[in-house]
Amino acid sequence: MVAAGLNLRLTGWKACATDGERNMATLNPEELSPPVAEMKPAVVDINAEEVRKELLGKYPTKVARKRAKQIVVNEIGPDGAVPEIAVNVRTIPGIISQRGCTYAGCKGVVLGPTRDIVNLTHGPIGCGFYSWLTRRNQTKPRGPEDHNFMTYCFSTDMQEEQIVFGGEKKLKQAVQEAYDLFHPKAIGIFATCPVGLIGDDVHAVAREMKEKLGDCNVFAFSCEGYKGVSQSAGHHIANNGIFTHVVGLDNTVKEGKFKINLLGEYNIGGDAFEIERLFEECGFTLISTFSGNSSYEYFANSHTADLNLIMCHRSINYVAEMMETKFGIPWIKINFIGAEATAKSLRKIAKFFDDPELIARVEEVIAREMPAVEKVREEVKARCAGKRAMLFVGGSRAHHYQELFREIGMETIAAGYEFAHRDDYEGRRVLPSIKVDADSRNIEELHVEPDPERYRPRLTEAGVARMKEAGIELSEYEGMMAEMCSGALVIDDISQFETEKLIEIYRPDIIGAGIKEKYTIQKSGVPMKQLHSYDSGGPYAAFKGAINFYREIDRMVNNKVWKYLKAPWQEHPELAAKYVWE
Amino acid sequence: MLLRHTPKEITERSALTINPAKTCQPIGAMYAALGIHSCLPHSHGSQGCYAYHRSTLTRHYKEPVMAATSSFTEGASVFGGQANLIQAINNIFTVYEPEVIAVHTTCLSETIGDDIPQIIAKARDEGKIPPGRHVIHANTPSYVGSHVTGFANMVKGMVDYLAQSNGHKESRVNIIPGYVEPGDMEEIKRLAGELGVPHIMFPDTSNVLNGPQTGRYHMFPPGGVTVEELTRTGSSMGTVALGTLASGPAARALDTKCKVPCEILDLPIGLQATDIFIDTLRQIAGVTVPESINIERGRLLDVITDMHQYFFGRKVALAGDPDQLISLTQFLVDIDMWPIHIVTGTPGKKFEKKILEITKDVPHPVNVKSGGDMFLLHQWLRSDPVDLLMGNTYLKYIARDEDIPLVRFGFPILDRIGHSYFPTVGYRGGLRLLEKILDALMDRQDRDAPEESFELVM
Repeated sequence: MVAAGLNLRLTGWKACATDGERNMATLNPEELSPPVAEMKPAVVDINAEEVRKELLGKYPTKVARKRAKQIVVNEIGPDGAVPEIAVNVRTIPGIISQRGCTYAGCKGVVLGPTRDIVNLTHGPIGCGFYSWLTRRNQTKPRGPEDHNFMTYCFSTDMQEEQIVFGGEKKLKQAVQEAYDLFHPKAIGIFATCPVGLIGDDVHAVAREMKEKLGDCNVFAFSCEGYKGVSQSAGHHIANNGIFTHVVGLDNTVKEGKFKINLLGEYNIGGDAFEIERLFEECGFTLISTFSGNSSYEYFANSHTADLNLIMCHRSINYVAEMMETKFGIPWIKINFIGAEATAKSLRKIAKFFDDPELIARVEEVIAREMPAVEKVREEVKARCAGKRAMLFVGGSRAHHYQELFREIGMETIAAGYEFAHRDDYEGRRVLPSIKVDADSRNIEELHVEPDPERYRPRLTEAGVARMKEAGIELSEYEGMMAEMCSGALVIDDISQFETEKLIEIYRPDIIGAGIKEKYTIQKSGVPMKQLHSYDSGGPYAAFKGAINFYREIDRMVNNKVWKYLKAPWQEHPELAAKYVWE
Repeated sequence: MLLRHTPKEITERSALTINPAKTCQPIGAMYAALGIHSCLPHSHGSQGCYAYHRSTLTRHYKEPVMAATSSFTEGASVFGGQANLIQAINNIFTVYEPEVIAVHTTCLSETIGDDIPQIIAKARDEGKIPPGRHVIHANTPSYVGSHVTGFANMVKGMVDYLAQSNGHKESRVNIIPGYVEPGDMEEIKRLAGELGVPHIMFPDTSNVLNGPQTGRYHMFPPGGVTVEELTRTGSSMGTVALGTLASGPAARALDTKCKVPCEILDLPIGLQATDIFIDTLRQIAGVTVPESINIERGRLLDVITDMHQYFFGRKVALAGDPDQLISLTQFLVDIDMWPIHIVTGTPGKKFEKKILEITKDVPHPVNVKSGGDMFLLHQWLRSDPVDLLMGNTYLKYIARDEDIPLVRFGFPILDRIGHSYFPTVGYRGGLRLLEKILDALMDRQDRDAPEESFELVM
């Protein structure tokens, strides 16, 4: 156990190879934060390899063997290769994990943020209740008449009778009642655990009701909680459903130049609003976001865009790939978390369209936004530089948020995802070598072919070459580990036990994780930023979001409350011997 | 408008629940189990259940909420969850070392039909349960009842597994506090202490879900009823159970199992219910009510007198859980407010009957529904508006659209902090409720008053 306040030296730590490339647009390289070891005078040596052993030490043998493959010490090889990590595998029963279920990934994450689909949960009341407004997805209807069902929770509230005799009849009736009350454009049906077990055919009900209602698209998702090993399966199922039932229904070509879709941005705390503002200023035309601040109609029309931008690779890459195959829309990985990453992403998009006016306007926007960012960044960095972060969250956030921390001089010494796959850790280069296990095979892979009429490659061969020359990879994601330092710990699906151990050993200055972890971490005296739905605050995306985040982290790591953990009589018990006036 | 699609006209719905006023059993079971010292609640189902329950409880209490799961995948769902549960039991005792694992089922494991006692027995036979450690369980199918039912079932599980009679009665009372906040449990213990009645309270989430910040995290905080105390509940001379729905089943089980007689009372929210609680404890234990409690009661009475003009005839709509709503409605009637729309998502016709009885002298039609939802409540109050809303956080959407002040009360409260520290039970809790109600009404009056009648003295 290392006491708070001691300085720890991370042995085996190497400054990141990519540091030089990561300079802020308007920064001198010298201003970048030096490696952590130089900033904190060493008192205690910590070796990540030793820590890894300690994390595994208390587990039963079988558990330790499995977890050993999910905990690696990062090492950037000469060709940029990183160690292999075992991920997207079953959570071990009884080992307290951060993960949720397939339903949560499907209904909660991907479909939840769309305002005008009636999302009907078929199951007992809990699943619908817990996913009701809890993710802080914001939405802005276009007017008072625009549909917005996000504030509503719809459920069949299955009872014992349906479990025994089947729930299809009640489901049909519920769809009818929802239609009669609201006349929505679309109704999505989401299956919960017992639905799959009792054999309700949600898809047959959807087809029947779609036909019966005539002017309402009804579709279903077999997203029972037990499918797959985490939320990730639910993302995939949601992607498949949206692509099959909605994308491409409306061929209207909207006016505007430089048409894009933003994929994997869920408008938590208003992130998408901030990105939308930027897009407008740059002159991009946003056709659809999947799915922050989105509407059913945007999805239907999304195949008319010319470029797909992937924000959260894990939750949405399936739609991007299918749209590329079917409609010829290329995709690039972008990231609007971090000011530098935002600037870089905007430039990438401009480069894709290769329009001098657009490129100039993007530069103007960056130049206009950056001074305010720089001002706050400098101020905050003075108070935060040298502090250490750990991030255990999501399927892309543990990667993206490292950027923001780095910008204020904080290094991420350990990170991991909750439900990611190897490509999110090691980069898409490992895709061919990923073994498909039984759990992944359960999730349908759609077979997609080019649309005979609507397939239209957006880039010529010359265009592809031009992108390559500009250093912009199409359909590529390098993953998190390539951008982390050698010697950093990478831990997939971290457990409660491991989290506690890491805190004990490293005493990090802040941890980013989820709501379930939040107070166990804070009770240890370490501030914790909730990085799924942020709990409060935001936006943290793009330039204004970066400012908000710098200020938030500054507030947290420099919160005075941590100084008051001990009462005076606990600090100086020896003074309690007599009355002072004697 | 945030609930722009809610029509005023009420149409019959037989299949669709909109904006529920309840959630499912397992979360109540998890909350109850956290009231046992050194206990890890365990959700026997897919991991989404425990993730959702932990998240919701965490957001409500702003405290660590620890639990484990059997992490069902497709295989377990087909072949049964025995292997998962046995492995979980072994891992939990090895890694986290609780004294008790409290297993609750889910709709998934209930539909499969997993036999939990048999699995626990197998785990014991295989030596997966270390000596002196316990695994208890409750069946909590999500498709029956509500979170309140789940709480009740887990509290009953504590009795079923752990209560034992030692053959003679000890002068001590068991108190089952009901599905209330940790601060309420603390207050109930304080009142019993003030009366001088030796007692064991179970479950007890005080000092578990309203714990201090010390800079050191303990997975099993100092609070909670101990296994040893739970065992001794079987030898207490009686049980006072607060809340028919949440505490009744455990109290009756204790009577059946260990012949400990019980009194099942309403939750001590408000003047009358607290009077009955205190008087019942007094009679059972044969103690004299101390002056300190008379003073507390007198203060509540005094404040009711002082505030009466602001409450008289003001209409209230309520959503929440049956035990809470019964006492709260009585309290509101006692201060001459008019609770006119009352809805709970928890099924049970007795509730409606009881509310109608309590409100029979309210000079206004009263709507009450068990197994209802907030959509219905909203429709009611669009036709017949109220001055005040009381219920959980989800009511804020109605409150905003209809421009009605809201007092947060019940579960879950996701957007305010403090409810888990300050009780609403007992006389002091009554005072706090009145203060909250009056603040809400007066703030609204101040906000809306024209300049000429905006007053310093109100």
